[in-house]
Amino acid sequence: MTTQRIGIEVSRAIAIAAKLANVDVVSAYPITPQTHIVEDIAELVADGELDAAYIPVESEHSAMSACLGASAVGARTFTATAGQGLELMHEVLYIASSMRLPVVMTVANRALSAPLSIWCDHSDVMAVRDTGWIQIFAANGQETFDNVLCAFRIAEDQRVLLPVMIHLDGFYLTHMVEPIYVPEQSKVDKFLPPYEYPLPLDPNKPITMGAFAPPNIYTETKKAQQANLTAAKEVILQCWREFGNFFGRYYSPVEGYRCEKAKVLLLVMGSLSETAMSAIDTLRDEGKEVGLIKLRLWRPFPFDEIRRAVRDAEVLIILDRALSFGGPAGPVCSEIRSALYNEDKKPKVISFVGGLGGRDISPDGFKEIINRGIEISQTGSEQEFEMFGVRE
Amino acid sequence: MTKPEGELTWKDLEIGSIITEPGNASQYQTGGWRTQRRIYDTNRCIKCGICYIFCPEGCIEQTAEGYFDANLFYCKGCGICARECWPQAITMVEEEE
Repeated sequence: MTTQRIGIEVSRAIAIAAKLANVDVVSAYPITPQTHIVEDIAELVADGELDAAYIPVESEHSAMSACLGASAVGARTFTATAGQGLELMHEVLYIASSMRLPVVMTVANRALSAPLSIWCDHSDVMAVRDTGWIQIFAANGQETFDNVLCAFRIAEDQRVLLPVMIHLDGFYLTHMVEPIYVPEQSKVDKFLPPYEYPLPLDPNKPITMGAFAPPNIYTETKKAQQANLTAAKEVILQCWREFGNFFGRYYSPVEGYRCEKAKVLLLVMGSLSETAMSAIDTLRDEGKEVGLIKLRLWRPFPFDEIRRAVRDAEVLIILDRALSFGGPAGPVCSEIRSALYNEDKKPKVISFVGGLGGRDISPDGFKEIINRGIEISQTGSEQEFEMFGVRE
Repeated sequence: MTKPEGELTWKDLEIGSIITEPGNASQYQTGGWRTQRRIYDTNRCIKCGICYIFCPEGCIEQTAEGYFDANLFYCKGCGICARECWPQAITMVEEEE
Protein backbone atom coordinates (compact mmCIF):
# COMPACT_ATOMS: atom_id res chain seq x y z
CA MET A 1 0.00 0.00 0.00
CA THR A 2 1.38 3.40 -0.94
CA THR A 3 0.34 6.80 0.31
CA GLN A 4 -3.30 7.33 -0.59
CA ARG A 5 -5.52 10.32 -0.37
CA ILE A 6 -8.86 9.14 0.88
CA GLY A 7 -12.10 10.88 1.72
CA ILE A 8 -12.67 10.09 5.36
CA GLU A 9 -14.22 11.55 8.48
CA VAL A 10 -11.47 13.15 10.57
CA SER A 11 -12.35 11.07 13.66
CA ARG A 12 -11.92 7.88 11.65
CA ALA A 13 -8.62 9.19 10.30
CA ILE A 14 -7.44 9.66 13.88
CA ALA A 15 -8.26 6.01 14.60
CA ILE A 16 -6.21 5.05 11.54
CA ALA A 17 -3.35 7.25 12.79
CA ALA A 18 -3.45 5.43 16.15
CA LYS A 19 -3.36 2.11 14.29
CA LEU A 20 -0.46 3.23 12.10
CA ALA A 21 1.32 4.34 15.28
CA ASN A 22 0.91 0.77 16.55
CA VAL A 23 -0.49 1.80 19.90
CA ASP A 24 -0.34 -0.82 22.65
CA VAL A 25 -3.06 0.44 24.97
CA VAL A 26 -6.13 2.59 24.49
CA SER A 27 -8.37 3.44 27.42
CA ALA A 28 -11.28 5.74 26.83
CA TYR A 29 -14.81 6.70 27.75
CA PRO A 30 -17.10 7.82 24.93
CA ILE A 31 -18.31 11.41 24.93
CA THR A 32 -19.70 13.59 22.16
CA PRO A 33 -18.05 14.78 19.90
CA GLN A 34 -15.11 12.43 20.50
CA THR A 35 -17.11 9.18 20.15
CA HIS A 36 -16.27 8.26 16.57
CA ILE A 37 -12.55 8.23 17.39
CA VAL A 38 -12.78 5.69 20.19
CA GLU A 39 -15.57 3.66 18.58
CA ASP A 40 -13.41 3.18 15.52
CA ILE A 41 -10.38 2.18 17.55
CA ALA A 42 -12.50 -0.30 19.54
CA GLU A 43 -13.64 -1.78 16.22
CA LEU A 44 -10.09 -2.01 14.86
CA VAL A 45 -9.05 -3.89 18.00
CA ALA A 46 -12.14 -6.14 17.97
CA ASP A 47 -11.57 -6.98 14.30
CA GLY A 48 -7.97 -7.93 15.00
CA GLU A 49 -6.63 -5.15 12.77
CA LEU A 50 -4.89 -3.48 15.66
CA ASP A 51 -3.01 -5.53 18.24
CA ALA A 52 -3.74 -3.40 21.29
CA ALA A 53 -5.48 -3.63 24.64
CA TYR A 54 -8.66 -1.57 24.57
CA ILE A 55 -9.74 -0.82 28.14
CA PRO A 56 -13.33 0.40 28.43
CA VAL A 57 -13.75 2.26 31.72
CA GLU A 58 -16.52 3.86 33.76
CA SER A 59 -15.30 7.46 33.55
CA GLU A 60 -12.68 9.74 32.05
CA HIS A 61 -10.95 9.91 35.43
CA SER A 62 -10.41 6.16 35.13
CA ALA A 63 -9.56 6.40 31.43
CA MET A 64 -6.63 8.70 32.10
CA SER A 65 -5.62 6.70 35.18
CA ALA A 66 -5.51 3.49 33.14
CA CYS A 67 -3.45 5.32 30.53
CA LEU A 68 -0.94 6.33 33.22
CA GLY A 69 -0.55 2.74 34.36
CA ALA A 70 -0.05 1.53 30.80
CA SER A 71 2.41 4.28 29.99
CA ALA A 72 4.34 3.61 33.20
CA VAL A 73 5.23 0.10 32.02
CA GLY A 74 6.37 1.53 28.70
CA ALA A 75 3.29 0.90 26.53
CA ARG A 76 2.49 3.31 23.69
CA THR A 77 -0.75 4.76 25.02
CA PHE A 78 -3.56 6.71 23.40
CA THR A 79 -6.89 8.15 24.43
CA ALA A 80 -9.38 10.80 23.40
CA THR A 81 -11.96 12.92 25.15
CA ALA A 82 -13.92 16.18 24.99
CA GLY A 83 -15.41 18.94 27.14
CA GLN A 84 -16.79 17.59 30.43
CA GLY A 85 -14.70 14.44 29.97
CA LEU A 86 -11.52 16.48 29.90
CA GLU A 87 -12.68 18.20 33.08
CA LEU A 88 -13.39 14.89 34.79
CA MET A 89 -9.83 13.73 34.10
CA HIS A 90 -8.43 17.08 35.20
CA GLU A 91 -6.45 16.04 38.29
CA VAL A 92 -5.00 13.01 36.52
CA LEU A 93 -3.69 15.21 33.70
CA TYR A 94 -1.25 16.87 36.10
CA ILE A 95 -0.04 13.47 37.23
CA ALA A 96 0.68 12.33 33.66
CA SER A 97 2.91 15.33 32.99
CA SER A 98 4.53 15.42 36.44
CA MET A 99 5.42 11.73 36.21
CA ARG A 100 6.68 12.28 32.65
CA LEU A 101 4.39 9.71 31.03
CA PRO A 102 4.14 10.16 27.25
CA VAL A 103 0.38 9.58 26.78
CA VAL A 104 -1.10 10.98 23.57
CA MET A 105 -4.65 12.31 23.59
CA THR A 106 -6.86 13.96 21.02
CA VAL A 107 -9.33 16.43 22.47
CA ALA A 108 -12.50 17.16 20.49
CA ASN A 109 -12.91 20.71 21.75
CA ARG A 110 -16.32 21.25 23.31
CA ALA A 111 -18.00 23.96 25.38
CA LEU A 112 -18.47 23.35 29.09
CA SER A 113 -21.81 23.12 30.93
CA ALA A 114 -24.01 24.80 32.08
CA PRO A 115 -26.11 25.21 30.04
CA LEU A 116 -25.26 21.90 28.46
CA SER A 117 -23.62 22.27 25.08
CA ILE A 118 -22.11 19.52 22.99
CA TRP A 119 -20.79 22.03 20.45
CA CYS A 120 -17.37 23.48 19.94
CA ASP A 121 -15.46 26.12 21.78
CA HIS A 122 -12.18 26.18 23.67
CA SER A 123 -13.39 26.49 27.26
CA ASP A 124 -12.36 22.86 27.91
CA VAL A 125 -8.85 23.48 26.55
CA MET A 126 -8.29 26.65 28.51
CA ALA A 127 -9.24 24.94 31.76
CA VAL A 128 -6.37 22.46 31.26
CA ARG A 129 -3.88 25.05 30.07
CA ASP A 130 -1.59 24.68 33.08
CA THR A 131 -1.58 20.90 33.37
CA GLY A 132 1.94 20.63 31.95
CA TRP A 133 0.96 18.84 28.72
CA ILE A 134 2.35 19.73 25.34
CA GLN A 135 -0.65 21.16 23.47
CA ILE A 136 -1.04 21.53 19.72
CA PHE A 137 -4.02 23.01 17.87
CA ALA A 138 -5.03 21.56 14.52
CA ALA A 139 -6.80 23.68 11.90
CA ASN A 140 -8.01 20.87 9.63
CA GLY A 141 -8.18 17.09 9.27
CA GLN A 142 -4.78 16.58 7.69
CA GLU A 143 -3.11 18.64 10.40
CA THR A 144 -4.87 16.56 13.01
CA PHE A 145 -3.86 13.27 11.42
CA ASP A 146 -0.24 14.36 10.91
CA ASN A 147 0.08 15.74 14.41
CA VAL A 148 -1.24 12.56 16.02
CA LEU A 149 1.73 10.79 14.43
CA CYS A 150 4.06 13.62 15.46
CA ALA A 151 2.63 13.58 18.98
CA PHE A 152 3.90 10.06 19.67
CA ARG A 153 7.36 10.90 18.36
CA ILE A 154 7.53 14.11 20.41
CA ALA A 155 6.08 12.56 23.56
CA GLU A 156 8.39 9.55 23.47
CA ASP A 157 11.58 11.45 22.66
CA GLN A 158 13.96 10.71 25.54
CA ARG A 159 14.58 14.45 25.94
CA VAL A 160 10.84 15.08 26.32
CA LEU A 161 8.85 12.19 27.83
CA LEU A 162 5.77 14.32 28.28
CA PRO A 163 2.13 13.77 27.40
CA VAL A 164 0.73 15.53 24.33
CA MET A 165 -2.77 16.81 23.57
CA ILE A 166 -3.87 17.41 20.02
CA HIS A 167 -6.81 19.80 19.98
CA LEU A 168 -9.33 19.60 17.18
CA ASP A 169 -12.59 21.47 17.11
CA GLY A 170 -15.57 19.30 17.97
CA PHE A 171 -17.90 18.66 14.99
CA TYR A 172 -16.15 21.27 12.80
CA LEU A 173 -13.29 18.80 12.48
CA THR A 174 -14.29 15.57 14.23
CA HIS A 175 -17.32 15.03 12.00
CA MET A 176 -15.93 16.58 8.82
CA VAL A 177 -15.21 14.34 5.85
CA GLU A 178 -11.96 15.49 4.31
CA PRO A 179 -9.52 14.17 1.75
CA ILE A 180 -6.60 13.00 3.87
CA TYR A 181 -3.22 11.62 2.85
CA VAL A 182 -2.74 8.33 4.69
CA PRO A 183 0.84 7.08 4.47
CA GLU A 184 1.86 3.45 4.20
CA GLN A 185 2.67 1.51 7.36
CA SER A 186 6.34 0.96 6.52
CA LYS A 187 6.96 4.70 6.26
CA VAL A 188 5.20 5.39 9.55
CA ASP A 189 7.25 2.61 11.16
CA LYS A 190 10.42 4.40 10.07
CA PHE A 191 9.18 7.76 11.34
CA LEU A 192 7.91 6.29 14.57
CA PRO A 193 10.05 3.37 15.73
CA PRO A 194 9.21 1.47 18.93
CA TYR A 195 10.44 3.23 22.03
CA GLU A 196 11.60 2.24 25.47
CA TYR A 197 10.66 4.15 28.56
CA PRO A 198 13.90 4.65 30.49
CA LEU A 199 12.51 3.84 33.95
CA PRO A 200 9.47 1.59 33.52
CA LEU A 201 7.62 -0.18 36.31
CA ASP A 202 9.39 -3.52 36.57
CA PRO A 203 9.19 -5.96 39.50
CA ASN A 204 12.84 -6.88 38.95
CA LYS A 205 13.95 -3.28 39.32
CA PRO A 206 11.57 -1.60 41.76
CA ILE A 207 11.01 2.14 41.55
CA THR A 208 8.46 4.53 43.04
CA MET A 209 6.49 6.84 40.77
CA GLY A 210 4.45 9.76 42.04
CA ALA A 211 5.99 9.61 45.49
CA PHE A 212 5.53 12.07 48.31
CA ALA A 213 7.59 15.29 48.12
CA PRO A 214 7.99 17.38 51.28
CA PRO A 215 8.52 21.18 51.07
CA ASN A 216 12.31 20.73 50.89
CA ILE A 217 12.09 19.10 47.42
CA TYR A 218 8.70 19.97 45.81
CA THR A 219 9.94 23.26 44.34
CA GLU A 220 12.85 21.45 42.66
CA THR A 221 10.47 18.90 41.10
CA LYS A 222 8.40 21.74 39.62
CA LYS A 223 11.45 23.60 38.33
CA ALA A 224 12.57 20.40 36.60
CA GLN A 225 9.11 20.08 35.01
CA GLN A 226 9.08 23.69 33.83
CA ALA A 227 12.57 23.36 32.32
CA ASN A 228 11.58 20.10 30.67
CA LEU A 229 8.40 21.44 29.05
CA THR A 230 10.15 24.60 27.85
CA ALA A 231 13.02 22.60 26.36
CA ALA A 232 10.53 20.36 24.56
CA LYS A 233 9.98 23.13 22.01
CA GLU A 234 13.26 22.37 20.24
CA VAL A 235 12.25 18.73 19.91
CA ILE A 236 8.82 19.71 18.59
CA LEU A 237 10.43 21.92 15.93
CA GLN A 238 12.84 19.12 15.03
CA CYS A 239 10.00 16.59 14.83
CA TRP A 240 7.98 18.86 12.52
CA ARG A 241 11.03 19.33 10.26
CA GLU A 242 11.59 15.60 10.11
CA PHE A 243 7.90 14.94 9.53
CA GLY A 244 8.11 17.34 6.58
CA ASN A 245 11.14 15.53 5.20
CA PHE A 246 9.31 12.21 5.51
CA PHE A 247 5.85 13.17 4.32
CA GLY A 248 6.19 16.55 2.60
CA ARG A 249 4.02 18.61 4.93
CA TYR A 250 5.79 21.06 7.24
CA TYR A 251 4.38 22.58 10.41
CA SER A 252 5.45 25.49 12.57
CA PRO A 253 4.38 26.82 16.00
CA VAL A 254 3.02 30.02 14.46
CA GLU A 255 1.91 30.30 10.86
CA GLY A 256 1.26 33.49 8.94
CA TYR A 257 -1.18 33.86 6.05
CA ARG A 258 -0.83 36.86 3.74
CA CYS A 259 1.06 38.81 6.39
CA GLU A 260 3.33 40.74 4.03
CA LYS A 261 3.29 44.40 5.07
CA ALA A 262 0.13 43.81 7.09
CA LYS A 263 -0.67 46.71 9.41
CA VAL A 264 -3.51 44.74 10.93
CA LEU A 265 -3.21 41.11 12.01
CA LEU A 266 -5.92 38.73 13.11
CA LEU A 267 -4.91 35.80 15.33
CA VAL A 268 -7.01 32.66 15.83
CA MET A 269 -6.53 29.04 16.84
CA GLY A 270 -8.12 25.88 15.50
CA SER A 271 -10.56 25.38 12.64
CA LEU A 272 -11.74 29.00 12.55
CA SER A 273 -8.44 29.92 10.94
CA GLU A 274 -9.63 28.24 7.74
CA THR A 275 -12.68 30.54 7.62
CA ALA A 276 -10.59 33.52 8.58
CA MET A 277 -8.35 32.88 5.56
CA SER A 278 -11.33 33.51 3.25
CA ALA A 279 -12.05 36.78 5.05
CA ILE A 280 -8.42 37.85 4.70
CA ASP A 281 -8.53 37.04 0.96
CA THR A 282 -11.56 39.27 0.47
CA LEU A 283 -10.06 42.12 2.48
CA ARG A 284 -6.77 41.83 0.61
CA ASP A 285 -8.72 41.99 -2.68
CA GLU A 286 -10.26 45.22 -1.38
CA GLY A 287 -6.73 46.54 -0.90
CA LYS A 288 -6.63 46.32 2.90
CA GLU A 289 -3.27 45.44 4.47
CA VAL A 290 -4.46 42.64 6.72
CA GLY A 291 -3.02 39.24 7.51
CA LEU A 292 -3.76 36.18 9.59
CA ILE A 293 -1.70 34.47 12.27
CA LYS A 294 -2.54 30.91 13.24
CA LEU A 295 -1.26 29.81 16.61
CA ARG A 296 -0.60 26.07 16.44
CA LEU A 297 1.64 25.38 19.42
CA TRP A 298 -0.10 26.37 22.63
CA ARG A 299 2.22 24.69 25.16
CA PRO A 300 5.12 25.24 25.41
CA PHE A 301 4.15 28.77 24.37
CA PRO A 302 6.17 29.96 21.32
CA PHE A 303 7.30 33.35 22.63
CA ASP A 304 9.96 34.14 20.01
CA GLU A 305 7.81 33.09 17.07
CA ILE A 306 4.81 35.15 18.25
CA ARG A 307 6.96 38.23 18.91
CA ARG A 308 8.56 37.98 15.48
CA ALA A 309 5.25 37.38 13.72
CA VAL A 310 3.46 40.45 15.08
CA ARG A 311 6.34 42.89 15.62
CA ASP A 312 5.74 45.02 12.54
CA ALA A 313 1.95 45.24 12.79
CA GLU A 314 0.10 48.23 14.25
CA VAL A 315 -2.95 46.35 15.43
CA LEU A 316 -3.26 42.72 16.52
CA ILE A 317 -6.81 41.44 16.87
CA ILE A 318 -7.17 38.19 18.77
CA LEU A 319 -10.29 36.09 18.67
CA ASP A 320 -10.61 33.72 21.61
CA ARG A 321 -13.06 30.86 21.58
CA ALA A 322 -13.26 30.87 25.38
CA LEU A 323 -14.11 33.32 28.14
CA SER A 324 -12.08 34.11 31.19
CA PHE A 325 -14.96 35.32 33.36
CA GLY A 326 -14.14 38.60 35.01
CA GLY A 327 -10.68 38.52 33.48
CA PRO A 328 -8.72 40.96 31.34
CA ALA A 329 -9.31 39.37 27.90
CA GLY A 330 -9.75 35.99 26.23
CA PRO A 331 -7.17 33.51 27.58
CA VAL A 332 -5.06 33.45 24.40
CA CYS A 333 -5.11 37.23 24.19
CA SER A 334 -4.03 37.59 27.82
CA GLU A 335 -0.97 35.47 27.18
CA ILE A 336 0.01 37.19 23.97
CA ARG A 337 -0.41 40.63 25.53
CA SER A 338 1.77 39.51 28.39
CA ALA A 339 4.39 38.12 25.98
CA LEU A 340 4.49 41.48 24.16
CA TYR A 341 4.25 43.86 27.11
CA ASN A 342 8.00 44.42 27.59
CA GLU A 343 8.77 44.62 23.87
CA ASP A 344 9.79 48.02 22.49
CA LYS A 345 8.01 47.51 19.22
CA LYS A 346 4.58 45.96 19.48
CA PRO A 347 1.08 46.31 18.10
CA LYS A 348 -2.00 47.38 20.01
CA VAL A 349 -3.70 44.20 21.11
CA ILE A 350 -7.49 44.00 20.84
CA SER A 351 -9.43 41.11 22.34
CA PHE A 352 -12.62 39.52 21.07
CA VAL A 353 -14.39 36.45 22.37
CA GLY A 354 -16.70 34.59 20.02
CA GLY A 355 -17.65 31.29 18.47
CA LEU A 356 -18.85 30.01 21.85
CA GLY A 357 -20.83 26.77 22.14
CA GLY A 358 -20.68 26.08 18.40
CA ARG A 359 -21.75 29.53 17.19
CA ASP A 360 -20.42 29.91 13.65
CA ILE A 361 -18.31 32.84 12.58
CA SER A 362 -18.58 33.42 8.84
CA PRO A 363 -16.02 35.19 6.61
CA ASP A 364 -18.27 38.27 6.87
CA GLY A 365 -18.15 37.88 10.64
CA PHE A 366 -14.37 38.03 10.55
CA LYS A 367 -14.55 41.17 8.40
CA GLU A 368 -16.76 42.73 11.08
CA ILE A 369 -14.33 41.66 13.81
CA ILE A 370 -11.39 43.15 11.94
CA ASN A 371 -13.19 46.43 11.21
CA ARG A 372 -14.41 46.76 14.80
CA GLY A 373 -10.89 45.88 16.04
CA ILE A 374 -9.40 48.68 13.96
CA GLU A 375 -12.05 51.04 15.30
CA ILE A 376 -11.27 50.09 18.92
CA SER A 377 -7.55 50.57 18.30
CA GLN A 378 -8.32 54.18 17.37
CA THR A 379 -11.14 55.13 19.71
CA GLY A 380 -10.87 52.61 22.53
CA SER A 381 -13.65 50.51 24.01
CA GLU A 382 -15.59 50.74 27.24
CA GLN A 383 -14.95 47.06 27.83
CA GLU A 384 -11.72 45.13 28.42
CA PHE A 385 -12.81 42.83 25.60
CA GLU A 386 -15.86 42.52 23.42
CA MET A 387 -18.00 39.47 22.79
CA PHE A 388 -18.59 39.09 19.09
CA GLY A 389 -22.05 38.37 17.74
CA VAL A 390 -23.85 38.56 21.07
CA ARG A 391 -27.44 39.87 20.87
CA GLU A 392 -27.77 42.99 23.02
CA MET B 1 20.36 8.85 46.74
CA THR B 2 23.80 10.37 46.89
CA LYS B 3 22.82 13.61 48.59
CA PRO B 4 20.33 14.23 51.38
CA GLU B 5 16.96 15.21 49.86
CA GLY B 6 17.20 18.80 51.09
CA GLU B 7 20.43 19.34 49.16
CA LEU B 8 19.29 17.98 45.79
CA THR B 9 19.03 20.52 42.98
CA TRP B 10 16.36 20.22 40.28
CA LYS B 11 19.01 18.83 37.94
CA ASP B 12 19.76 15.97 40.32
CA LEU B 13 16.24 14.56 40.10
CA GLU B 14 15.35 11.49 38.05
CA ILE B 15 12.76 11.98 35.29
CA GLY B 16 9.36 12.56 36.81
CA SER B 17 10.99 12.58 40.27
CA ILE B 18 10.98 8.81 40.14
CA ILE B 19 12.56 7.20 43.18
CA THR B 20 15.01 4.50 42.13
CA GLU B 21 16.15 3.48 45.60
CA PRO B 22 13.60 1.04 47.08
CA GLY B 23 12.65 1.70 50.68
CA ASN B 24 14.19 5.14 50.93
CA ALA B 25 11.10 6.31 52.84
CA SER B 26 13.04 5.02 55.88
CA GLN B 27 15.23 8.12 55.56
CA TYR B 28 12.24 10.35 56.22
CA GLN B 29 12.12 11.55 59.82
CA THR B 30 8.40 11.45 60.51
CA GLY B 31 9.28 12.05 64.18
CA GLY B 32 9.53 15.72 63.19
CA TRP B 33 5.72 15.86 63.02
CA ARG B 34 5.36 15.03 66.71
CA THR B 35 3.76 17.43 69.16
CA GLN B 36 3.40 14.82 71.93
CA ARG B 37 5.96 12.32 73.18
CA ARG B 38 5.20 9.04 74.88
CA ILE B 39 6.45 8.28 78.39
CA TYR B 40 6.84 4.54 78.90
CA ASP B 41 6.73 3.00 82.40
CA THR B 42 8.34 -0.47 82.25
CA ASN B 43 7.13 -1.16 85.81
CA ARG B 44 3.54 -1.16 84.58
CA CYS B 45 4.26 -2.91 81.25
CA ILE B 46 3.18 -6.57 81.10
CA LYS B 47 4.88 -7.14 77.70
CA CYS B 48 1.58 -7.96 75.96
CA GLY B 49 2.69 -6.19 72.75
CA ILE B 50 -0.67 -4.52 72.02
CA CYS B 51 1.16 -1.23 71.42
CA TYR B 52 3.34 -2.99 68.86
CA ILE B 53 0.25 -4.31 67.05
CA PHE B 54 -1.62 -1.01 67.00
CA CYS B 55 1.22 1.36 66.12
CA PRO B 56 0.24 2.66 62.63
CA GLU B 57 3.80 3.82 61.96
CA GLY B 58 5.39 0.45 62.80
CA CYS B 59 7.96 2.23 64.91
CA ILE B 60 7.67 0.05 68.02
CA GLU B 61 10.21 -2.71 68.50
CA GLN B 62 10.65 -5.36 71.16
CA THR B 63 13.87 -5.14 73.16
CA ALA B 64 16.01 -8.05 74.33
CA GLU B 65 14.26 -7.80 77.74
CA GLY B 66 10.87 -8.11 76.08
CA TYR B 67 9.76 -4.49 76.52
CA PHE B 68 8.40 -2.37 73.66
CA ASP B 69 10.36 0.79 72.77
CA ALA B 70 9.27 3.35 70.19
CA ASN B 71 11.80 4.66 67.69
CA LEU B 72 11.39 8.42 68.09
CA PHE B 73 12.96 9.05 64.66
CA TYR B 74 9.67 7.75 63.22
CA CYS B 75 7.12 8.09 66.08
CA LYS B 76 4.57 10.78 65.07
CA GLY B 77 3.16 11.00 68.59
CA CYS B 78 -0.35 9.93 67.58
CA GLY B 79 -1.00 8.43 71.01
CA ILE B 80 -2.74 5.27 69.77
CA CYS B 81 -0.33 3.11 71.83
CA ALA B 82 -1.22 5.08 74.97
CA ARG B 83 -4.95 4.73 74.21
CA GLU B 84 -4.70 0.97 73.65
CA CYS B 85 -2.31 0.14 76.53
CA TRP B 86 -4.79 -1.19 79.09
CA PRO B 87 -2.24 -1.53 81.98
CA GLN B 88 -1.62 2.21 81.34
CA ALA B 89 2.14 1.89 80.96
CA ILE B 90 2.17 4.61 78.27
CA THR B 91 1.19 8.25 78.75
CA MET B 92 1.56 11.15 76.34
CA VAL B 93 3.18 14.47 77.31
CA GLU B 94 3.60 17.66 75.32
CA GLU B 95 6.93 17.77 73.46
CA GLU B 96 7.95 21.02 75.11
CA GLU B 97 7.61 19.50 78.59
